[in-house]
Amino acid sequence: MSDGELIGSYIVPVHPHTVLAPEQNEGWGRLRAAYDAAAQRIKDSEADLLIIYSTTWPSIIGHQIIADPNPEWVMVDHDFHDLGSIPYSFNIDEKFAHAWNESNEKRGLKSRTVAYHGFPIDVGSVVALKLLNPENAIPAVIVSSNVYANRAETTVLAKACMDVVKATGRKAIAITAMSLSNRMFTKSIEPKDDRIHSLKDDEWNRKILELLGEGRLEDVGQLSRTIHRQIRVNKVVAFKPMWWLSGMNNNRNNLTGEVLAYEALHGAGGAVVHLDPTPSGAGDIEYDEDDVEYFAGERNVLDSEQMETQESESSSLETPTEEVHENGPALWEPTESEDSVNSEAAPKPVGAYPHARRVGDLLYLSGVGPRQPGTNAIPGGPIHDESGKALDYDIKAQTHAVINNISRILEEAGGSINDVLDVTSFLVDMDRDFQGYNEVWAETLGQVGPTRTTLAIRALPTPIAVEMKVIAKAPQKE
Amino acid sequence: MSKGEIVAGCLAPHPPHLVYAENPPQNEPIAEGGWEQLRWGYERLRESLAGVDYDAIVLLSPHWQTYVGTHFLGLPKFKNLSVDPVFPNLFRYHYDLDIDVELTQQIHDRAAEAGLAVKMMENPDFRVDYGTITTGHMFNPAWDKPLVVISSNRSRDYYSVEVMQEMMIELGRVTREAILASGKKVVVIASNSLSHRHFTTESAIPEDMSKEHITSHAMHLWDMRMIEYFRTGQAQRILDEMPEFTEQAIAESDGGGLSWLLSTLDVPTYPGILHGYGTIIGTGNAIVEWPVRDHKEVSE
Repeated sequence: MSDGELIGSYIVPVHPHTVLAPEQNEGWGRLRAAYDAAAQRIKDSEADLLIIYSTTWPSIIGHQIIADPNPEWVMVDHDFHDLGSIPYSFNIDEKFAHAWNESNEKRGLKSRTVAYHGFPIDVGSVVALKLLNPENAIPAVIVSSNVYANRAETTVLAKACMDVVKATGRKAIAITAMSLSNRMFTKSIEPKDDRIHSLKDDEWNRKILELLGEGRLEDVGQLSRTIHRQIRVNKVVAFKPMWWLSGMNNNRNNLTGEVLAYEALHGAGGAVVHLDPTPSGAGDIEYDEDDVEYFAGERNVLDSEQMETQESESSSLETPTEEVHENGPALWEPTESEDSVNSEAAPKPVGAYPHARRVGDLLYLSGVGPRQPGTNAIPGGPIHDESGKALDYDIKAQTHAVINNISRILEEAGGSINDVLDVTSFLVDMDRDFQGYNEVWAETLGQVGPTRTTLAIRALPTPIAVEMKVIAKAPQKE
Repeated sequence: MSKGEIVAGCLAPHPPHLVYAENPPQNEPIAEGGWEQLRWGYERLRESLAGVDYDAIVLLSPHWQTYVGTHFLGLPKFKNLSVDPVFPNLFRYHYDLDIDVELTQQIHDRAAEAGLAVKMMENPDFRVDYGTITTGHMFNPAWDKPLVVISSNRSRDYYSVEVMQEMMIELGRVTREAILASGKKVVVIASNSLSHRHFTTESAIPEDMSKEHITSHAMHLWDMRMIEYFRTGQAQRILDEMPEFTEQAIAESDGGGLSWLLSTLDVPTYPGILHGYGTIIGTGNAIVEWPVRDHKEVSE
């Protein structure tokens, strides 16, 4: 099976007006027309899966994923119940839902599937699926918006989803059901009087749409917190669907964007936007936040002795004291010398040595594994528990993490991953892991072009499956 | 017509875990118990009111969240299945409840006259929120009293705790006036927790009480501070400190229920009865009764 991929993304509004009352206001009608145009584009594409992230389905215990193959009910909006009822019957890809849930757990996320009769599908998901997939021809999956999730958790949620998309060969479309500005009028208004709640909200919305129209999705993601403070009421934390959608698009800033409509919905900003993965030629990837592969944040909060560490919402770099996996040797501070290069952003050594050493024009790195700095967590999971019992693990996640750690050390030295010249890789299970390791290599260091030697060994000091020994060009000292 | 009366005011929180742990026939999931301290608290509240005659329950639930004013259930009967969107593993409840439409309309109309944005909810397909149902069940499992159900206007999200409180105090005032003018005896209930920071994981057995505790010491201190005010008749101090409490304890008073309740009770200076306190998935929950009937509550 060929690798799956994301073949498009859409941003769509959540209010029921586009389903129940498009004729009552010209703007609502234009949004409905844009919805219909988006539906036609999806129908004409090769899409075989719709993935919806909805801001109107908040969750607390991690993320939830609809896994009922045919949820049916009648939805009535909490505010706009006088517009009428929306009966629904959807075609959900329960296998994908379960696979995504499992993929989340492999990447350290808490999530669960939901398949209960009568479960209330939220208004945003109902509106999006009714209008984008009116004949239920394409199976869908819906995920909640976790009220406590930070960017790290939301990004990893997207990566876990894309793991499944790729593994199952799907041609997927990602959809965020959301408002731009979400400040509504706090009193009932006549449909003809609808407009964006304030000039300030309108100006922000147009700026967001300008960026999206240029395909600069990651820029919008990085502005998320600012946008939230400026034009959002506090019912959800941050403008996080842009984090998820950017994660689904590999944090790209050069998509081909098109705004199909932008109108007011009881004062809130509603837009239909299409983001095509075709490179627009404008802008590069400018991902300047921590690129987290494995979520090692707020876990084990039921254990009171760990309460101190849960107070901070944390990505892998933000929990300097908690050690998630303790089944390994003691950690050391990296040794210091005139030529040593040590990074706070790299995992601590398991002996008395530096992260790297500069000799002439070359950098020699100590063996680099996938452990995460600060938490000592192992993306993809450890290969055995404290008693030595073998555990399932994800070699791809571990390999990605190794390469990220190498990159951090090289950046500390003033260089980058592009400086790598020669790599010696060590695998503890060549038969099991070579293929996955090799795939990640091809996507990453394989693009850089260093020489490589891969060896099978019996064990490594910590419960990891892969380690790399690197020689790189040393950046010129100023 | 005889004059109306508020016979009791109650803080009666709604985490669905309580209904789950009770194993009533209306709820599909089955539990091995759990959260007994709070469930016993509800027992004591029911016992306290067992001999009290009243006609209706007026309830404000923070889980019917409305952003366009305050809404009221406006049909005489609602019957459906309520599935909690956050804890569907615990709460899938078949409800059948009656609404006192007449009293609802009276409160609605007075609120409208006072300039508040209000709307009657008259769509028969509407599903009643799980907060209303949980508190409704725990307070009166027989469901033999009609309800007035008021939504939570999220004015705090739009403006501030101070603005929310101003609006809820006004809503409480007109609620009280409507009840006193109605000739009915009524219990008023705010269905909300105190501190409201959840755990973000759930134990394999949700009712495993070895895992249950408050999320942080700060939350505990705020809950105890509020309870002390409840127990010593210092309702005004609760209103005065509501902004700090709501912000720092991430309190569910953000939905306006507690401010509304204290306003309907005319900001009581007599002690409330603490029937129970406990945590549910880390949040702080108190069951409190203000026995208005013992303090000469009369119509004006």
